[in-house]
Amino acid sequence: MPEPANQLPNPAPKPQLAGATALTVRNLSVYFGKNTAVKNVSLDIAAKAVTAIIGPSGCGKSTFLRAINRMHELNPEARMEGEIKLFGDDIYSRNVESVTVRRRVGMVFQKSNPFPTMSITENVTVGLRLNGVRDKRILAERTEQSLRMAALWDEVKDRLNAPAISLSGGQQQRLCIARALAVQPEVLLMDEPASALDPLATQKIEDLILQLKKDYTIVIVTHNMQQAARISDFTAFLYLGELVEFDVTAKIFTNPAQKRTEDYVTGRFG
Amino acid sequence: MTAPNHNWRKFKNAFMQALTFVCAILVVTPLILVFYHVIREGFSSLNWAFFTQLPPGPGEAGGGMANAIVGTLVLLVMAPLLGVPVGVLGGVFLSEFGGTKLNWWIRFAADVLNGVPSITWGVVVYGLMVMPMHGASTLAGGVVLGLMMIPLVMRTTEEVLQLVPGGYREAALALGIAKWRTIVQIVIRTALKGIVTGVLLALARIAGETAPLLFTTGNLGWAHKLTEPIAAMPLLIYNEATGPYDNWHRQAWAGAFVLLMLVLAINIGVRFFTRDRFRSKI
Amino acid sequence: MENHFEIGLGELRQKLLTMASYAETAVNQAVQAFMQRDHDLALRVKADDDVIDKFEIEIDELAIQLLTKAPLASNLRLVTVAMKVSQNLERIGDEATKIAKRARDLTQEPPVKINLDLPRMAGLALVMVKDALDSFVQRDSAAARAIIPRDKEVDALNKEMHQQLAQHMMTNPDTIARCLNWIVATKSLERIADHAKNIAEEVVYLCEAQDIRHTVGKSQPAPPAV
Repeated sequence: MPEPANQLPNPAPKPQLAGATALTVRNLSVYFGKNTAVKNVSLDIAAKAVTAIIGPSGCGKSTFLRAINRMHELNPEARMEGEIKLFGDDIYSRNVESVTVRRRVGMVFQKSNPFPTMSITENVTVGLRLNGVRDKRILAERTEQSLRMAALWDEVKDRLNAPAISLSGGQQQRLCIARALAVQPEVLLMDEPASALDPLATQKIEDLILQLKKDYTIVIVTHNMQQAARISDFTAFLYLGELVEFDVTAKIFTNPAQKRTEDYVTGRFG
Repeated sequence: MTAPNHNWRKFKNAFMQALTFVCAILVVTPLILVFYHVIREGFSSLNWAFFTQLPPGPGEAGGGMANAIVGTLVLLVMAPLLGVPVGVLGGVFLSEFGGTKLNWWIRFAADVLNGVPSITWGVVVYGLMVMPMHGASTLAGGVVLGLMMIPLVMRTTEEVLQLVPGGYREAALALGIAKWRTIVQIVIRTALKGIVTGVLLALARIAGETAPLLFTTGNLGWAHKLTEPIAAMPLLIYNEATGPYDNWHRQAWAGAFVLLMLVLAINIGVRFFTRDRFRSKI
Repeated sequence: MENHFEIGLGELRQKLLTMASYAETAVNQAVQAFMQRDHDLALRVKADDDVIDKFEIEIDELAIQLLTKAPLASNLRLVTVAMKVSQNLERIGDEATKIAKRARDLTQEPPVKINLDLPRMAGLALVMVKDALDSFVQRDSAAARAIIPRDKEVDALNKEMHQQLAQHMMTNPDTIARCLNWIVATKSLERIADHAKNIAEEVVYLCEAQDIRHTVGKSQPAPPAV
């Protein structure tokens, strides 16, 4: 694919990924009408690791995340350029439907949104049932498996038919995580999953993420740098839609290479 | 903050509270009066014959509204067959699809149609159906009432669907659920109570419509085919109330009472249906 | 607008500089008391060590408070470096006190006839301390690196002086007690130079995020981090 004329060389060194690469992003740009939300971002996301995306508000972090499961397409004015490959498969290729991509790449949102008309079990299995899975045994197995993975099983196993909205905020968010995991995605995207929760619930979500990364590739957008420092292996700093620096988390938070990163991380702006 | 100021504010608060209470009573009073009158006059004229016999002829005693009751019920089944699918799907379109310009025109059209006098609907269907078919018919009656339901149901459906937070749609789509499935199984399911409420309220509204039926149906006997005219309670009540016979007047009161109870039953049904089985909020 | 964190960092820096000037003064005065056999000055130095000790405690407390605000990157390095530097400065103060105590003891006895240039050694050590603190203020990593090899010079001087004192003790056994005090004093100066070197290493860490302690060949800056 021809290089765009205005491509800037990536100024920051890339971390060496010991394991496989889950996602390769090349020259990704996302436009909403006349606005450019994401400018020419390229990076590799490591498999079975946590990659954090940090940056000030409105700098394209969420847009970047949503481009990975094609959710930006919900906005009729959205347009993208560039390439994203999921374990080698081009997710924007003409014969790939967005529905297929979203079954391989799950998403958890900032505000937990369990479906209010459904019970806990129904919520967990909704992704399976509405995609044609009928076998009750599989559904039951997957329910327990997903709730266990989301560290929620012990708290709800006696009331699986209770309405999902009877759970507390932190529990609801873990339910949403279980719901996303039930369809067995390869990658889990999380858009500020703990920002609406109290510190104790946040702690639980963070512990959960550290557990999940043994089996899943996780990309998390967060405005809380200490959270990124706590749970991520790699961190990307996005500013005004551009990738300023992408490196091993320890390096970004103890000795970033770019001055803009240093200024953001030490609170001099943003 | 001096004491006199405080007392003045207390007085203002109390005054406004009393005023708004009085206004609320004034709003409810006509309703109570109507109920009282209809119940008093109508209930005494009710008997078993009312529900089983045909309307009395001029000067006859006794009789009932059996055909009209059945007719109204039939029309209330036929109208939604046209009104609900078109209205609900139209509302779904407005809420979930479509560009902004087209939606604006559709909404405008629906709002205008909601305000069209019911007699106009009657005239239109008269021209479209009654004249080509050379006569009134049950079908025409059902169609006109159904047409009246459409803009009502469409707008309430759209509003209720818009109240469903976008987060649910996003969550469903992010799970890889196809858009149409998302709309039906998630969005509509979440808004179902609201949609049903809208439909039932539209039904309650058309149950009492008289003018459109003047042009499309109306019968003193039984209808045996859809192409025959059918009786309807509002029409019969009108005829009997404006007639010269006391018996007819009594019949009309009884009819009004039954009609009122029907509308009341629908509203109670709405309340029952939308009760919170899950004691929590969305 | 400065945020609370920046204000805290500024306070930390200020305290360190003040503590450093007290430590430098203590060394100067201790050496002066030693060479000029000034009993009262020696006692003053010993008493003033309390001030330096108090500074170490204050700086550590302030640093802990700043750590609760979870500083990152250069701020994080500054806080941890500040704690290390304050510890080194406190030790320098202690060494100065040791010199002062030896000075006090020596004033009770007649002077030893020996020609040792203690002031020169003291001067070298003190310049190292001053340069280390300057490099901290200027965030000058190259200047800090330049300090480190100078420690060898002071070590060599110390060794030379010990040899001379050992000679003197063997030929004049009646001076042994007094010579031992001299040995302690020179050892203390050698330790002060070591602490100055430590401070320089911390400054390099602060500026470059490179930990160069306990490594050989420190004069060249490290290749850029991968």
